[in-house]
Amino acid sequence: MSDVTIAAPAAAREETPFRRFVSEFMASKIAVGGLVVFTIIALLAIFAPWIAPQNPYDLAQLDIMDGRLEPGAVGGSGIVHWLGTDDQGRDMLSGIIYGLRISLTVGVGSALIACLVGASLGLLAAYAGGRTDSVIMRLVDLQLSFPTILAALMILAFLGKGIMNVVIALVIVEWAYYARTVRGSALVERRREYIEAAQCLALPTSRILFRHLLPNCLPPLIVVGTIQIARAIALEATLSFLGLGVPITEPSLGLLIANGYEYMLSGKYWISFYPGIALLITIVSINLMGDHLRDVLNPRLKK
Amino acid sequence: MTTTLEVRNLRTHFFTRAGIVKAVDGVSFTVGRGKVMGLVGESGSGKTVTGFSIIGLVDPPGRVVEGEILYQGRNLATISEEEMRHLRGNRIAMIFQDPMMTLNPVLRVDTQMIETVLAHEKVSKEEARQRARDALGMVGIPSPDERLKSYPHQFSGGMRQRVAIAIALLHRPELIIADEPTTALDVTIQGQILAEVQKLAANTGTSLIWITHDLSVVAGLADDIAVMYAGRVVEDGPVSEVLDRPLHPYTHGLIGSVPSRNKRGEPLRQIPGMTPSLLKLPAGCAFRTRCPRADEACLADQPLRALLPGRQARCIHPHLDEVPA
Amino acid sequence: MTVYLLRRISQSFLVLVAMSMIVFIGVYAVGDPVEILISPDADQMERERAIQALGLDLPLWEQYGVFVWRALHGDLGRSFVYNEPALQLILQKMPATLELAFGSMFISVLIGLPLGMYAGLRPESPGSKMIMAGSILGFSLPTFWVGLMLIMVFAVQLGWLPSTGRGETAYFLGLQWSFLTANGLSHLIMPAINLALFKISLVIRLTRSGVRETMLMDYVKFARAKGLSPARVTFVHVFKNILIPVVTVVGLELGSTIAFSVVTESVFAWPGMGKLIIDSINVLDRPVIVAYLMIIVLMFITINLIVDLLYSALDPRVRLEGKA
Repeated sequence: MSDVTIAAPAAAREETPFRRFVSEFMASKIAVGGLVVFTIIALLAIFAPWIAPQNPYDLAQLDIMDGRLEPGAVGGSGIVHWLGTDDQGRDMLSGIIYGLRISLTVGVGSALIACLVGASLGLLAAYAGGRTDSVIMRLVDLQLSFPTILAALMILAFLGKGIMNVVIALVIVEWAYYARTVRGSALVERRREYIEAAQCLALPTSRILFRHLLPNCLPPLIVVGTIQIARAIALEATLSFLGLGVPITEPSLGLLIANGYEYMLSGKYWISFYPGIALLITIVSINLMGDHLRDVLNPRLKK
Repeated sequence: MTTTLEVRNLRTHFFTRAGIVKAVDGVSFTVGRGKVMGLVGESGSGKTVTGFSIIGLVDPPGRVVEGEILYQGRNLATISEEEMRHLRGNRIAMIFQDPMMTLNPVLRVDTQMIETVLAHEKVSKEEARQRARDALGMVGIPSPDERLKSYPHQFSGGMRQRVAIAIALLHRPELIIADEPTTALDVTIQGQILAEVQKLAANTGTSLIWITHDLSVVAGLADDIAVMYAGRVVEDGPVSEVLDRPLHPYTHGLIGSVPSRNKRGEPLRQIPGMTPSLLKLPAGCAFRTRCPRADEACLADQPLRALLPGRQARCIHPHLDEVPA
Repeated sequence: MTVYLLRRISQSFLVLVAMSMIVFIGVYAVGDPVEILISPDADQMERERAIQALGLDLPLWEQYGVFVWRALHGDLGRSFVYNEPALQLILQKMPATLELAFGSMFISVLIGLPLGMYAGLRPESPGSKMIMAGSILGFSLPTFWVGLMLIMVFAVQLGWLPSTGRGETAYFLGLQWSFLTANGLSHLIMPAINLALFKISLVIRLTRSGVRETMLMDYVKFARAKGLSPARVTFVHVFKNILIPVVTVVGLELGSTIAFSVVTESVFAWPGMGKLIIDSINVLDRPVIVAYLMIIVLMFITINLIVDLLYSALDPRVRLEGKA
């Protein structure tokens, strides 16, 4: 009975703001463009094995004789290499599509884990207050006062290369953004009457935290999350470029660019150029969505 | 009476996305030399925009679209920005409402005063400093030498307004536009500043346009008064006559809602309703939706008519018949 | 002021202690300390001796004490690769990195401030819209890839600028600098622009929003009402107010500029600390890694401290709060 009275208005409210949010988001052509481009990229990455002309990891399909072919050239196996090939005769288009897969997995995956960790700690800080709050927030301050690249470098220097290690490093450098965001909005929500009501009804703390407090912190969290995904993808690419990220057997876009570095000086630009363009399009499309989401979801700007 | 400033049919409109806001829509008045002109109205009545129009500081999307602002035979509405700039702060000065916001927080008071002197006169920096110090002394700031070296946040609100007044006085202007300069201050400070300004105006022959919503301030200070409502002057005349015998129902209501003018025990009168949005003004008389005397005749636009000697009002049913309140 | 200074310094000191613990735990607890601190070529006897000499048989807190004690004496271990004290190795590379970092900060302010002022003063003009679109791109472009493209265009295709290295250097204050020779300057220009890219966007956005906010302030209108020339209003009244946030942020960025120079130095083979640390990580020259981290942490804390003090010097309101 008590659950119903509290949950009912929340459920009634959920429907309309979401629709309004969708229509407001769709109002910006640029943001919708970003969404469309990102969806295409995501689909490419998911269905890579069916879309890519070649499996770039299958050494049997590679022919060293096809190495460093220019864009548009026809390889020995008869396929057209629209974006050229790398030094091992790997089709760049296929390499990029598979590379997107790794870049997106690492970027989105680390952002989601960081969000989970950060949001939980942020909620805890806001709800518990006192010493818990100040300990968590000191950690956040410390984390945010060092540039992400440096912290990630430090962690990878300790842990070594590998996809899992990159994800761990990205989570460690990113959680603080989520924690700060959630704590900020949770502190505002905490003082509202409905939380007090929930406390009076002696609902369990976890239920108050995740069913009542968290949904109201979602809008800023979505904005931060979107922008952090773009940052995670860029950071992963940078780390891989530096040779500290993903291993050579699973090349992300950053590693593809790094592989083309030495050939670029002899004018074979495409090995680095096209993966970079793919990376750029991915990051820009996410940032365009994020920029508009911030405008739509920020109640301060709405007024 | 020699005239310092004459405003004729001034219209300042704001071209916003929601529509054209006619903040000032046909305002006329005259300020005599050495006289204090009280410009009275509620917030949103266009009195501040009138002040900014005179000094040429209406920012886009706003623009003076029509009318004349005559000062020494020149029309300020049409002279070049450069000419206007030489008058601003020099012959015509302005004091703003919130003294906490008018002084630049990161510049010392001396910097802000000396630059004003140097903007209009080629004197040495030392002389400019001297002038700044004298001006501070004139508005009653103790130990001006020391205070010159301070930053604005080291002053209280009243002191800051005195500094702003000192800056306005630096070039002994012929006209000062004071936009509610005492509203943000304590009542006691308010009184001091009013007395100070009155004395200075009398001594230097400076004319004043005193913009306010507070009738009691105007009563003690102004010579003439113009009451504004929804971008128009609805009534003007000598201050004592207007206050004693208001002609326009709006002025009537305004005076009625000042507590001190009511007899003790009588219920406080008030004007019903709210100031209309300037985007959706009622046709004809803008006040008719709140006016107890309104009828069909008020649907037509009313001109400002001379009803008594020296008195004008924009009303078809003025309070002419009544015994002075 | 003194109280404020003391409080800030003690705060900084606490952060330094915390960070030294993190680095210590990272090296001594997460990794195998023997592997990290003793050359892999050492035989069993040498290892035993080294473990004793390094005090690795002591409990962790005592080891930390030793670590701090030696660090305080400037001993952060010897590089396996160069067989030189790690600290000395890094300090030798520092001028190159500082030169690059300051060069890029100079460029970012030089380009970002005027563009941001323009975009803030004329927000509706097509020029401003282009500037703002460019700044979004500046945030999105991956630095290392832009560096590669710069090399491709200006070094490989056009042949205008050299692609790698520092070029000729000249001595100044007993250190080698590239910016003092024409050849060195031509080497510096591309890496500095590359490193500045992100900060140019940042300065543009900061300046623009600062100008737009400040222009609405009463004190700007009052300054205009005083009859000041538009130039004086813009360059004294508006400019001085936006200078505070911009200086703060650019100053705070010095740290991250030095950190991000890791990427630029790798792309342009610029022989600074950043390239050294990447090389060291790749060959597991761990004493150098530890020394680099400790130095960069110290640098960071110092920069934050200086920026705070600068900030209080520029904004009189902050200064007074500290005094009270």
